[in-house]
Amino acid sequence: MTRVTVDGNEAAVSAAYRLNEACCIYPITPSSPMAELADSWSAQGRPNVWGSVPAVIEMQSEGGAAGALHGALQGGALATTFTASQGLLLMIPNMYKIAGELTPAVFHVASRSLATQGLSIFGDHSDVMATRPAGFALLASATVQEAHDLAAVAQAATLTSRVPFVHFFDGFRTSHELNTIELLSDDDLRALVPEDLIRAHRARALSPEHPFIRGTAQNPDTYFQARETVNSFYSAVPAAVAAAMDMLAGRTGRPYGLVSYAGHPEADRVIVAMGSGSQTAAQTARFLAGHGDRVGVLRVRLYRPFPAGQFLAALPPTAARIAVLDRTKEPGSLGEPLFMDVLAVLAEAHAAGSLTAMPLVTGGRYGLSSKEFTPGMAAGVFAELARDKPRPRFTVGITDDITGTSLPYDSLLDIEPASTVRAVFFGLGSDGTVGANKNTIKILGADAGRHAQGYFVYDSRKSGSQTVSHLRFGPDPIEAPYLVAQASFVGVHQERLIERTEVLGRAAPGATVLLNTARPAEHVWDWLPREAQEQILHKQLVLFAVDATAVARDAGLGGRINTVLQTCFFAIAGVLPQDEAIAAIKDSIARTYARRGADVVARNHAAVDAALAGLHRVEVPGRVTATRGVPAAVPDSAPDFVRTVTAAMLAGHGDDLPVSALPADGTYPSGTTRYEKRNISDEVASWDPDLCIQCGNCSFVCPHSVIRSKFYDAAALAGAPDGFASAPLTARGLPESKYTLQVYVEDCTGCGLCVEACPVSAPGDPRRHAINLTAREPLLAVQRDSIAFFEALAVNDRPRVDFGTVRGAQFLQPLFEFSGACAGCGETPYLKLLSQLFGDRLMVANATGCSSIYGGNLPTTPWTTDAAGRGPAWSNSLFEDNAEFGLGFRITADLHLRLARGRLAELADRVGPDLVAEILSAPQRTESEFAAQRGRVATLMGRLDQLDAADPVVADLRSVLDHLVRRSVWLVGGDGWAYDIGAGGLDHVLASGRDVNVLVLDTEVYSNTGGQASKATPLGAVAKFAAAGKKVPKKDLALQAIAYGNVYVARVAMGADPQQTLRAMREAEAYDGPSLVIAYSHCIAHGIEKDGVTLRNGMDQQYRAVASGYWPLMRYDPVLRAAGENPFLLDSPRPRIPLAAYTGQELRYRILARTDPAEAERLAGLAQHEVRQRWATYEEMAARGPERFPAGAGGSS
Amino acid sequence: MDLTTSYLNLTLRNPLVASAGPIAGTVAGVRRLADSGVAAVVLPSLFEEQIAAEEERDVRLGEAGSDSFAEALSYLPALDDHAGLRQYLSLVERAAAAVDVPVIASLNGASPGGWTTHAAALASAGAAAIELNIYYLPGDALASGREVEQRHLDILAAVRSAVTIPVAAKLGPYFSSAGEIAVRLDQAGADGLVLFNRFMQAGIDPEALTVSSRIQLSSPFEAGLPRSWIARLRGQVRASLAASTGVEDAADVAAYLLAGADVVMTTSSLLRHGPGHAEVLLDGLTGWLQRKGFTAVSQARGLLAASAAGSAPGYGRAGYLQAIQDATSAYGP
Repeated sequence: MTRVTVDGNEAAVSAAYRLNEACCIYPITPSSPMAELADSWSAQGRPNVWGSVPAVIEMQSEGGAAGALHGALQGGALATTFTASQGLLLMIPNMYKIAGELTPAVFHVASRSLATQGLSIFGDHSDVMATRPAGFALLASATVQEAHDLAAVAQAATLTSRVPFVHFFDGFRTSHELNTIELLSDDDLRALVPEDLIRAHRARALSPEHPFIRGTAQNPDTYFQARETVNSFYSAVPAAVAAAMDMLAGRTGRPYGLVSYAGHPEADRVIVAMGSGSQTAAQTARFLAGHGDRVGVLRVRLYRPFPAGQFLAALPPTAARIAVLDRTKEPGSLGEPLFMDVLAVLAEAHAAGSLTAMPLVTGGRYGLSSKEFTPGMAAGVFAELARDKPRPRFTVGITDDITGTSLPYDSLLDIEPASTVRAVFFGLGSDGTVGANKNTIKILGADAGRHAQGYFVYDSRKSGSQTVSHLRFGPDPIEAPYLVAQASFVGVHQERLIERTEVLGRAAPGATVLLNTARPAEHVWDWLPREAQEQILHKQLVLFAVDATAVARDAGLGGRINTVLQTCFFAIAGVLPQDEAIAAIKDSIARTYARRGADVVARNHAAVDAALAGLHRVEVPGRVTATRGVPAAVPDSAPDFVRTVTAAMLAGHGDDLPVSALPADGTYPSGTTRYEKRNISDEVASWDPDLCIQCGNCSFVCPHSVIRSKFYDAAALAGAPDGFASAPLTARGLPESKYTLQVYVEDCTGCGLCVEACPVSAPGDPRRHAINLTAREPLLAVQRDSIAFFEALAVNDRPRVDFGTVRGAQFLQPLFEFSGACAGCGETPYLKLLSQLFGDRLMVANATGCSSIYGGNLPTTPWTTDAAGRGPAWSNSLFEDNAEFGLGFRITADLHLRLARGRLAELADRVGPDLVAEILSAPQRTESEFAAQRGRVATLMGRLDQLDAADPVVADLRSVLDHLVRRSVWLVGGDGWAYDIGAGGLDHVLASGRDVNVLVLDTEVYSNTGGQASKATPLGAVAKFAAAGKKVPKKDLALQAIAYGNVYVARVAMGADPQQTLRAMREAEAYDGPSLVIAYSHCIAHGIEKDGVTLRNGMDQQYRAVASGYWPLMRYDPVLRAAGENPFLLDSPRPRIPLAAYTGQELRYRILARTDPAEAERLAGLAQHEVRQRWATYEEMAARGPERFPAGAGGSS
Repeated sequence: MDLTTSYLNLTLRNPLVASAGPIAGTVAGVRRLADSGVAAVVLPSLFEEQIAAEEERDVRLGEAGSDSFAEALSYLPALDDHAGLRQYLSLVERAAAAVDVPVIASLNGASPGGWTTHAAALASAGAAAIELNIYYLPGDALASGREVEQRHLDILAAVRSAVTIPVAAKLGPYFSSAGEIAVRLDQAGADGLVLFNRFMQAGIDPEALTVSSRIQLSSPFEAGLPRSWIARLRGQVRASLAASTGVEDAADVAAYLLAGADVVMTTSSLLRHGPGHAEVLLDGLTGWLQRKGFTAVSQARGLLAASAAGSAPGYGRAGYLQAIQDATSAYGP
C-alpha cells in the first residue's frame, strides 16, 4: 500500500496511464496536467501494468484527439484521453460513434464550465452534462482518492460492459486539490481489469485477416431497430460498475457504491448531489444529524445509466422532502438534469406503487465555475426544505436579487473537527508561497499518522498575481472540499496584502497571524490600517512579524523568502513540536536543494536558523490606534460601474456582488485597467531627458504601454508640476516644441525591455541609458503629478504623426494598456502597436489563449478608448473558431457598408449630392484621409438630423452610418490557434479573399495552458507534450499562405527590426484582401533571462533568431506582383551567427541537452541544416522573376 | 614513417593532439577531429562552478512563472537532477565510443570535493585520461606564490588518489619558477604536463566602454615560451610533456618536437582552418621528417632540448646575450 499526497489529476492519470496503451491528448485547463504527466511518463519509458509503454500523441484539437482515439479503439488498443469543457464538446461527435459501436474506452474529465456570457476555466458539470445523450456512462468522483479509484473502476466496467465511460471529477476543486491518498498497486489494477476482457476487445478490432465493415450508412428500414440493439448493454452497466467497486473494496477496504447515503437513517429531508459538493453536503448532514436533525445526503456516483433501483433502495423511506443539487445550468429547462432524473425516478416509482408517498422534490443550482459550496450552504438547503413552502427552484451561494432564487445561509457554520489544523497563506505568485506550501504538505503528509490537504487559489493575472493557499492537516482523512474559512494560522507573505479584508477575515478567533514586513515589530501595529486592527482586536489574534526579505537576503537567498516563512510557520503553527518541525524542514531542504550544491543547502539551513531568530511577537494594545483605513481599490473619479462592480472584484468581494450588478449578456466596459494601479514592481523605468535621443524604441517595445510620448508647444509647460520632465523636441522644423516621455510608474512591471532597447548610454557610465530601472517608491509622489499633467496635454494629432517610423509611432496613443500579461511579454508590444495604428476603427476577433486572458479576463480589461471615445471593439468567441468569427465581422462590415452606401445614394438629393459623392469616393488609407472622412460623416450626420427621423431610409442609414469609415478587422491569436486547432478555419478564411488581417502571436507553444507543443514548436525544442524534444520542424505557415498568391504575408520580429514590423503591419492593413502577419513573440515558456530577470533579453533573442536565419524576416506583397514585380521580399540579411548562438540562450532547447545529450546533438544538427535549407529556398524565391508567382493577385472583397 | 608516440602511457598513432576546444563539444566534432588524423582528443573542460551556476540558472528559469496562474502552474517540463554533469559525462561516454583514438577529459574543479568526485565520474564514463585544467585567474593580489603552487599540488594529489587512469596537469607559465613547479608536479605523480594554459585576459573596448572576456586564438609567436620550458624540462621529468599554444603549421609542430615535446596540441589552428587542418599538419610533419632523413618521429624528439648536446647555450645566458647582440645589429643605430 503506497501512501502519497497528490492532486486529483495525478490521482486519476496514475490509474489511467497504467491501464491504457494509447493516450490521445490536447491541452485544456484544468485537465492538462493529466496529459502532461502521461506524456512525461511515456517519454521516460514508464510501462503500463502489462509491461508496454503507452503511446501518447498530441493532436491538433480535442476533435482530433477524439478521432485518433476512435481509430485507436477500432484498431483494438486500450485508449484514453483527458479533457474538459469546450474540449469535451469538440469530442461529442466521436462520442456518439464510439458509444454507438459499443467500444470500451474511458475519457477522464476534469469538469469545467462552458463559455457562455463569459469563459471560465473553473469547475462545474456543464461540460459533462452536455454529453448526456451521447451514450457514454457517466461516473462521478467526489474526492482525490475517488478520482484514483474510480478511474480504475471505469476502466474495468467499460471493458466488461462495452459501454464507454466519462469518468469525471470537479475541475480545480478535485483536479487541483492535493490530498493524501492510497495508491492502487499494479496487482490491484491487473485484478480489476482481467486480460481476457482486453483480448475480447482486441478480437473485436478491425483486421484484414477477418474483415468486416463497421460504420455503415443505414436507411429508414433498419436504423431505428439497430439503435435499440444496445439497450441490454446499458442495462448491464450498473452491475458491471458495482462489481468493479466491490472488487476494489475487497482489495482496499474502500467501499463505494453507485449511490451512497450519509446522515440520519430516518431522515425526512434529503439532499441529492454529485461530485465534490456531495461530500460537503454529506459531511454537513452527518454533523447536523449528530445534533439531532433528521437530514441526510444521497450521493450519486454513477449518473448514466441512471441506477434507478439502487437510488430508490438507498433513499430512506422517511424522506419527505428532497432537494436535488445540480452544478450546471440549463436555461429554459424545467429543471437541471439531475433534478429531472430524480423527479422521474420518484414519480415513476410512486405511480407504479413501489414508493408509497411521493416526496416533495426541489431543484437547485450551486457551485457554478467553482463557486464555493460550503457546509453553511448545505445547511441552508436543509433549512429551506424545512420551510412550509420550499422554493421549487433555487440557487445557493449567490445573491439573486432579480428572480429571487437564492437561499439564505449561515456563512460561519463550522463543522470541522477540532483536530484539524487549518492554515491560509497569502502571497504573490513570484514569492514561492505556493511552492513552499506544497512542500509543507509533502513533509507533513508523509507521516503515517497524518493526513494533509492543500488547495491553491490564483488570480487571473500573469504578472504580480496574488495567491492564497488553503492547507489542512489532521489525524483523519481530510474530507473538506471547500476553502478554509476559519484558520488557526494566517500567513501574510507580502505586507500590503493585509489590506485585503479577506486576509484576516479567514482567521478564526484566537488565530496566529504571521506578517512578513520590513518594519520592526514595535512599529507594525501603528502601521496597520484600521480595518486590520479592528479584526485583530475583535478576534483576539496573536500577531507575529518577521522581515523575511532581510533574513533571506542576509542568508544569501536573494529574494527567495519561502524558506524563511515556511520555517516561521513550522515554528508557531503548532502542527509539530518545534524541534521536530525544524528538523523536518532542514531535512526537506537538504533533499530539495541537493542538486544545486552543498552551498545552496547550507544557505537555506542558515536561513532557517536566522528565521527563528528574526521572528518577533507584535504587542497588541487594547484599542485601535490607526490613523488610516484601507485605500479604495479604484479612484473616486472612476465611472460608476468601475466603482461599484469592478472595485468589488478587485477588492476580493466579487462573491458578494448580486445578480443585478452584472451585465446580462457579457458586455463590459473597455479600458478599466487604468483604474487599477497595481504597483507590482519595486523597480520601474525612469527617463533621462538629457541623454534621450527620442528614438521611440523604448516605447515601441514596452509590453505594458507604460512609456508614452507627446510633443507639444513649449507654452503648454505653464503650470507643470515640479519634477515634470521635458526636453526640446529633436525633430526639425518644430523649434518651439517640447518632448516628454512619461513613464506610468504605478503600472510598470520592471521588465527592463525598454532599458535593453535603449541605444544610448551615458558618457562615463556605459550601464546607464536614457531609460533605466530605479526604485519606484521615491518616484511615486512626483510621478503621479507628472502623469496627471501629461494626461492633460493634448494627444498628438494623428495626421501630424509620421506613422512610417518607430520614432513617429511613439506619439500614437496606445489603446491597449496595463494588461496583466507576464512582465516582459513578447506578444503585447504587437497588440499595443496594432491599437496605436488602427485602434479607433479596429475590430478584434481574439482566439482563446494568453491574449484573450490578459485581453479580456475580469476584473479589468486593457483595451481602451481615445479622447473621442473610440477604440478597439474586441470579442472572444472560442479557441477553434477565431478565423471564422473574425471573417463574420468582415462580412457584416461589408454588408452594412453596402447598405450605408445604398441608403446614402438614395438620400443624395436630400443631404447634398456633392457630400454624398465625396463620401462614396473618398480614399481611406492615410490618417488625413480618415480624418477627412470622419469630418464628412459628421457633416452628414448633421444633415440627417434635419430630416424626418421616422423616415425608414434615414433611420436605416443612421443605424449603419459608422461603416462609412473603413473598419480594420483583425483576427488575433496564438500559434496554438493558427497552426493547430484553428488551422482549417484560418486556411479557409485566407482563401476567402476577404479583407481581413490576421496577427499570429507566435510563441511556438500553447503559452496560456503552460507551454504545450504546437506545430509551431521548433525542431529540437522541448515543451510539454514534446518532453523528448520536437522531432519535426516548425510548420512554415508563411509559405502555406503565399501559395494562394493573393494573401499578403509577413514574418516579423520586433526585436530584430522594429521598422520592418511597423511596415508590415501597415501594408497588411492597407492591402484590400487577406493578410497574415506572423510575429515572433518571446515567451516565459522559452526559459530566457538576463541578469536574473526573466524575459529581459526577449528582444535580443528576437534579434538572434533573425541573425541565425531561424526566423527570416520577409514580406509577400500581392500588390507588387500585380505591378509586375517580385512580390517576395526577404528583409533580413543572410545568417551571420550559428543557430546554437540563438538556441543556446533558451532553456527550452537546453533541456534536451540535459536529458538526452545525444538526441539534442542530433536534433541541433538537423535544425541547423533546416535553417540553411530554408534560407536557400527563401533566397531563391526573393530572386525569382514575378512570373513565377501566381498572378491574379488582389483582394476580392 | 613511424609517427607512433607515447603520451600519458597511452600509445598514440602520431604526436598531434586536439586540445580542449569547442570543436570537441559534440560527438560529431570529436569524430571529425579523429577522422582528420589527430591522435587524441581533449574534450572541452568541465567547469564545476559553471555546471553549478547553469544548474542554478536553469532551475530558476524552469520555475519562472510557476505556481502563479491557475492555467499554467509551470511553463516547461520538470528538470532532472544533476543534468549538467550528466550531459558532460554523456559526451565523454559517447565520444569514447565513437572514435578509436583516446578521449581525454578536461576538468576544472571549484570546490575541494568537486575535483575528486568529478574526476571519478569522468573516469567511469570512459575517459582515457584526465587533464587537470588548473585555471588560476590572476587577480588575487594577496595570494602568495607558495599558496598558488600548493593548490596545484593538492589538486593533483587528490585527483591522483581518486582515479587509476593517467592524469595530466595543464598549468600556466606565471610562476616565479615554472620549472620547479613542473618538477614538483612530476614528483607528485603527474603522468603528463601540458605547457601552457593561456589565461583569459580581459579586453577593453574603448568605443563601447565595455570589458570583453573574449579568448583570442593563439598565434605562433606565443609558442616561444612553452617551447623554451619544454626544452628545459626534457629529461628532467618522468611525466610526458605536451606542448600547447601557437601551432599554425607543420614547422611549429616540428619545433615543439625538436624541443622535446611528446605531443603537440592545437585548437586555434583547427578553429581557424577547420578540423581538416590536422591532416595538413600531419602531412607537413611527415614531409619534414622525410626531408630531414628521419624514419620515426622519435628520432627528432628532443633533438634540440636543453639537455641535448650543443643545445644548452641557446636556452641559457649565452642565448640571451646572443639574442641581444642580434637585436642590436638588426635594430640598432
